[in-house]
Amino acid sequence: MSKLTALEITNLHAGYGETEILKGINISVEPSQTVAIIGPNGAGKSTVIKSVLGLLNVISGSISMNGVDIVGIAPDKAVRQGISYVPQTHNVFPNLSVTENLEMGAWTRKYGIAERIDEMFDLFPDLKTKRNKIAGSLSGGQRQMVAMAKALMVEAKIMLLDEPTAGLSPKFQAQIFKTVKKINENGIPILLVEQNAKQALEIADKGYVLVDGANKVEGTGQDLINDRNVARMFLGSKD
Amino acid sequence: MWETFGFEFVNFYLIPGLVLGCIYALGAIGITLTFSILRFANFAHGEVMMIGGYFTWTAMVLSNDLFGIPLHPIIAAIPAVMLAIALFILVDRYFYKPFRSAPAIRVVMASFGMMLVIRSFVQAVWGPNQLTFVPGIAKPNELVKNLTASVDMMILVPNKHFWIIAGTIVIMLALSWLLTKTKIGKGMRAVSDSPELAKVSGIDVEVIVKATWCVGGFCAVAAGVFLAMDLQMLETTMGFRMLLPMFAAAILGGIGRPFGAVVGGLVIGLAEELSVYPWLGDGSLISPGYKTGVAFTIMVIMLVVRPSGLFKGRLF
Ligand SMILES: Nc1ncnc2c1ncn2[C@@H]1O[C@H](COP(=O)(O)OP(=O)(O)O)[C@@H](O)[C@H]1O
Ligand SMILES: [Mg+2]
Repeated sequence: MSKLTALEITNLHAGYGETEILKGINISVEPSQTVAIIGPNGAGKSTVIKSVLGLLNVISGSISMNGVDIVGIAPDKAVRQGISYVPQTHNVFPNLSVTENLEMGAWTRKYGIAERIDEMFDLFPDLKTKRNKIAGSLSGGQRQMVAMAKALMVEAKIMLLDEPTAGLSPKFQAQIFKTVKKINENGIPILLVEQNAKQALEIADKGYVLVDGANKVEGTGQDLINDRNVARMFLGSKD
Repeated sequence: MWETFGFEFVNFYLIPGLVLGCIYALGAIGITLTFSILRFANFAHGEVMMIGGYFTWTAMVLSNDLFGIPLHPIIAAIPAVMLAIALFILVDRYFYKPFRSAPAIRVVMASFGMMLVIRSFVQAVWGPNQLTFVPGIAKPNELVKNLTASVDMMILVPNKHFWIIAGTIVIMLALSWLLTKTKIGKGMRAVSDSPELAKVSGIDVEVIVKATWCVGGFCAVAAGVFLAMDLQMLETTMGFRMLLPMFAAAILGGIGRPFGAVVGGLVIGLAEELSVYPWLGDGSLISPGYKTGVAFTIMVIMLVVRPSGLFKGRLF
């Protein structure tokens, strides 16, 4: 029996109101995979993720999760279906404590909340001592960890991360990438949008380069790292 | 000292200021929650306070006339709270929800219209004239009077003021429990922080909106009934007259800060009453006719100097 594709986006056209931003995107995430999306600012990377969440207007194309069509689903239903989403910005509730943030992440979860919170403190040990601090008082790196832990409180069938390392120190960046890898090894497929293209491709099974709302290049993480055009455009290589 | 200064100050200015502050505080809670969770200034809030007073009066009259059972206003307020919440939820469903994704000014105008509709409705049903809420002169509580008199610091609090202050404290404690200990209360704080993030966290925002109307409606009726208990009468403009000081209290405390609104309400209530105390010489500091200007002045100064309020509320 073949396993269903965790997330399959086919020929997606979508945008904000009347403006079409995505002009035929194709992306697939197999179970157990980490898939990276890279590309210049404004390419439409966040827009792809927001389409999956039902946050904007899908014009045509299909999005399916484990074989189930989810185009046009309401965001809270998408979460109920098992989509764990970490937005690019404003991804924690600043006036809620760390624990309360995790509880809000667990809104759709019926049982095992306390156990899951403990698991999250094992995954992000830094947060344990900050559990009663309000999220707005934490450093950028710690806030990002709260955002990820909060998103993982759902019964995740897939995790969507939008630039989780943006603006963080190299130490925190390395820690986030390591944690993403660990989450994936625990069985959650991951779709990761990143500006730090090299590190993202290093942990990715597959990568997509988006430019101007369309697929430009795709391949295994290693293929893209070795691709001269990609290297020149996104990896800071000189030749 | 007590005879010449304290007695008058405490009994005729401080306690009435606290009582007024409690009423403002309860009203401002609903305003600040609506502002931060639904993102609009609800002009109809004062009218719901007012109609809550009329519902309560009606429950008292019906109980007395039909069953011969006189009800304390606080008991009679229970059905009034339910009616007011139902009113809030119906108004939201049919008059505010259609504007949820439109610019905020539309729903503000809708609430302005609702304010006029509710007031006209009350005038049509109960008549435009004042109604007596509780007859008679409120006598000071004997026990408190005698106890304090025995230490030469006589305090005259009528029972109605005792009920208002104690009731406000109980409601504050309940609100604090709701917002920090229950799932729905934490959800309200989450939506107030970020509705977008709340949605993508799986929070059903419409459920939170209903909860907000329930809390706001409850506090509004409490405020309306306490005001009616204090004045011992009802009139159709009583809610509207509270609107400015309640907005001032919400802004002073910081939008989205229910406990800020409480502090703001107390500050404004006290400031209004203490502004007519004869601080300098024999006459009141400012003429009682200008008392209502105090809230307005505080609001304007706050908006200029520190628009996020005392407790760092939201900026719009
Ligand atoms: N809320 C929005 N309304 C209208 N246009 C938007 C909105 N968000 C983004 N865009 C536009 O969509 C395009 C793609 O944006 P985005 O997906 O955020 O890019 P990326 O994440 O790749 O940097 C950009 O041209 C941007 O200006
Ligand atoms: Mg982006």
